[in-house]
Amino acid sequence: MENNELRVAIGSAADIVTARQRGRALAMEMGFDGSDLTLIATAISEVARNIVIHAKQGIILLGPVNHGSRRGIQIVARDEGPGIKDVAKAMQYGYSTKSGLGVGLPGAKWLMDEFDIASSVGKGTVVTMKKWLH
Amino acid sequence: MHVPVLKQGDYLIASVQSVLSDADLLELRDDLAERVGRFRSRGVIIDVTVLDVIDSFATRTLRAVAHMLKLRGAETVIVGIQPDVAFAMVQLGLTLEGVGTALDLEEGLAYLNRVTKKTLQHGK
Repeated sequence: MENNELRVAIGSAADIVTARQRGRALAMEMGFDGSDLTLIATAISEVARNIVIHAKQGIILLGPVNHGSRRGIQIVARDEGPGIKDVAKAMQYGYSTKSGLGVGLPGAKWLMDEFDIASSVGKGTVVTMKKWLH
Repeated sequence: MHVPVLKQGDYLIASVQSVLSDADLLELRDDLAERVGRFRSRGVIIDVTVLDVIDSFATRTLRAVAHMLKLRGAETVIVGIQPDVAFAMVQLGLTLEGVGTALDLEEGLAYLNRVTKKTLQHGK
């Protein structure tokens, strides 16, 4: 990710709205349109809520990303919460340990072009997702 | 932001005016459950035309509102889900199963007229 990234601190449910609005605005600036803007904002909403529910606080980093000739937006959701014991299970649709629907993480993956999750128990979780301009 | 709720005959109309936080959604839920009792409403329209994101939490809450109001004796219809929002909801695998939906306010009123009339006839 380049240096011109936006950083949104997530500490309460109200920050979820801020994160998705910033993400939508950045995506629009980058040339995304219509349904892509909604998909990106919704995916940000899901990963930000995941932070609030499981880790209480964390950050969302938003910025442009390039790969060869492709340009896109990258969203990183990082927390230092309890971490996820079984990532494969957490990525199963409908699986939830807490009050969620179990839709958030797998749902966000479906909304974006690329999705990666790294988590270690006691250290936290980093979700990195990308959507390419086409 | 607080969602204004208007009384229109036997119905309540909640018009979402801007983005909704989780707290706003929960407040709307409690507000509607109370007003349905106070006004003895038979139907509730929730207009979400302005919402640019309906995520898993919003979907779950809207579904919970509709089911709560049903237990209080009122039918709910969600109107104004935008095409892009509908697309994102489908991509997320979210459904509003068991909840009435309609294109806009006008169709929502027609929906309530239909279902509340049916309920009355069944009650006879």
